Amino acid sequence: MTGKTARIDFRANTRNVPPAMVAATQKSARTALAKRADVVREFGEEQWQLLRKAGHDLRMHALTHLDEYLALLEEKVTAAGGQVHWARNAEEANRIVLDIASRHGVRNVVKVKSMVTEEIELNHALEGRGIRVYETDLGEFIVQLAGQRPSHITAPALHMTKEEIADLFREKLKVKTEPDPRQLTEIARKLLREEFLGADMGISGGNFLVAETGTLILVTNEGNGRMCTSLPPVHVAIVGIEKILPDWDSAAVMLKLLARSVSGSKITAYNTFITGVREGGPREFHLVLLDNGRTRILRDETARETLACIRCGACMNICPVYNHVGGHAYGAVYPGPIGSILTPQLLGTQAAGGLTFASTLCGACSEICPVMIPITEILLHLRRRCMEGDELESSSAPAGIRAAARALQYVMGSPALYRLAGRLGRTLLAPLRHGDWIHRMPAPLDRWTLSRPFPAPQGDFLGWWRTRTKNTGHGGTSHE
Amino acid sequence: MKVQLFVTCLGENLLPHMLQKMVGILERIGVTCEFPENQTCCGQPFFNSGFQKKGREMALRWMKAFSGTEGHIVAPSGSCLMFVKHRYPLMFPEGTAEHQEAVRIAGRVCEFSQFLVKVLKVTDLGASFPHRVACHSPCHLTRGLGVRDEQRILLNAVRGLDLVPLNEEETCCGFGGIFSVAYPEVSMAMMEAKLRNIAASTAEYVVVSEPGCLINIRGGLQKMNSNVQALHLIELLAMGGAA
Repeated sequence: MTGKTARIDFRANTRNVPPAMVAATQKSARTALAKRADVVREFGEEQWQLLRKAGHDLRMHALTHLDEYLALLEEKVTAAGGQVHWARNAEEANRIVLDIASRHGVRNVVKVKSMVTEEIELNHALEGRGIRVYETDLGEFIVQLAGQRPSHITAPALHMTKEEIADLFREKLKVKTEPDPRQLTEIARKLLREEFLGADMGISGGNFLVAETGTLILVTNEGNGRMCTSLPPVHVAIVGIEKILPDWDSAAVMLKLLARSVSGSKITAYNTFITGVREGGPREFHLVLLDNGRTRILRDETARETLACIRCGACMNICPVYNHVGGHAYGAVYPGPIGSILTPQLLGTQAAGGLTFASTLCGACSEICPVMIPITEILLHLRRRCMEGDELESSSAPAGIRAAARALQYVMGSPALYRLAGRLGRTLLAPLRHGDWIHRMPAPLDRWTLSRPFPAPQGDFLGWWRTRTKNTGHGGTSHE
Repeated sequence: MKVQLFVTCLGENLLPHMLQKMVGILERIGVTCEFPENQTCCGQPFFNSGFQKKGREMALRWMKAFSGTEGHIVAPSGSCLMFVKHRYPLMFPEGTAEHQEAVRIAGRVCEFSQFLVKVLKVTDLGASFPHRVACHSPCHLTRGLGVRDEQRILLNAVRGLDLVPLNEEETCCGFGGIFSVAYPEVSMAMMEAKLRNIAASTAEYVVVSEPGCLINIRGGLQKMNSNVQALHLIELLAMGGAA
């Protein structure tokens, strides 16, 4: 997200989403949710809720003691022969990586799937220096080949069908293949095997950092993570500062939560723990610790829980909005509910405020989140930032919207005006009625009738109530 | 027993007949209804759109309308009640008079089905409705207020009623207040998914006990000329019974 602050137009992005993409997204999300439900049931619902609470508390403890744990981490990584770099923003992080690359004359890079490198657009920076970058996670390899961006944080190509992928392979890799997942995987595997052996540098992100030992934890399902971080002579890991955990006891809790929430596994296939430089591994280990707006989020007490996220993707899978628009509609690296709270904080509400309204506040995300991030609460907090402004940003709402809210409150705030508006509405809308329905409402409710008719306002509850109370003596009317 | 009616904006302006039926049912089982006439909007539309200050001012007015009254505050909406119950106490700093009042009011509110089943322990209203019925679970009613069984308990007691399962019954119907006009296309796609599940359930009627969701789903059914009818639980319970 380097300096790009063009406004994200969620509404425009959601028009013309291909139905096949929606279907593929829903199918993958449903499968992941069903598997997750099974392992959670097996774990025991009550135990699971306790684990979520523990996960939440551990993450919040780490975040509120970030300074101590980061200092400890740096000490331990350095003691183990690794080199720690601090990057305030994307530019600094990319420069650090490019400097290391040029010192080693790097031509070819293999990468482990990493959202943070998407965030800083590292591939773009490397390719700008003529360095070839190979994404080695199968899904990431596919979206890279397609020139797209991941549509889901753990399943980057979830929006594509096997037929589309086969077409892509035939076109870009000049191979003969059937739309068969096995065959497609085999093709990618063979191609990547060569690249692993020839690469001058391996780049990864990181799922967690364990402060007490200075260990980087990488969780992958395909084994590509191990190849990238052991075969090339240099390994550079770029990790957001919020990924820190105090110790291995906390890591045990987080790995349990993560594996189950991502894919419904009890444990992910490959859990790689890297502590500095070790024998037989890369000669150099560099850890780039990235801020890029995170300390700003940390300062905001209501929104800081955003940083507790462990990037499992469960909130996307369960989100009914995400399931109808796919990940690309969010116009940024992090899609779905977590993207709707993270992107506006990283890019500002001027650019991304519209995403905070891309939710019905149904609460399914907050309910499934393994670290109990109150996503709907944070959405409301950020909506306020958009409309009223707060300590961090001034209002970005158009004056018209604020004036309309003022006018509406003036009417709704007075019982007399409110009832008058009700009567006026019934009278003024009468010519638009077709039976019980109005098919085209005046603005702004024309947006409602774009999608379904509006029920014609009718009856007069207060009138009915008063008449009947007078006539029958039923009930009572409480006045102030 | 005496209750205060909280009729909600959508109820008062778009569903007045449903409100009349609510009064009918409550009075039939011996509840005295009162209607604080100074009530308007609880403030949720303002607050949820980002206008928190306006939402707070509306909340103060709303509390004033109900503060001198007694008994449970009963509404045909989980969403508006969730706002009063969970949001009001968070709006004002602890230790202030406003906060005390918000906590007091929060303790009095009760959604219609919850009030019948949990407070009055009434589960059978003598209604008869010999039809296949599916039941949607509105988000704020189920996830927000934790009302999950009450609707079904009341429906199961209705003579002749065949309660059929609804696939993805807890998935949002796409209403979402401001969302429905901010992103009408996505809202419609979500609503249509809900309608497909309703159609697949083979139900003749679908119970939607939340005014916002009800006008959304009812409008969607109307748009596609469906034979299925959407009803608030209150409307169903009033049918074929003695009310």
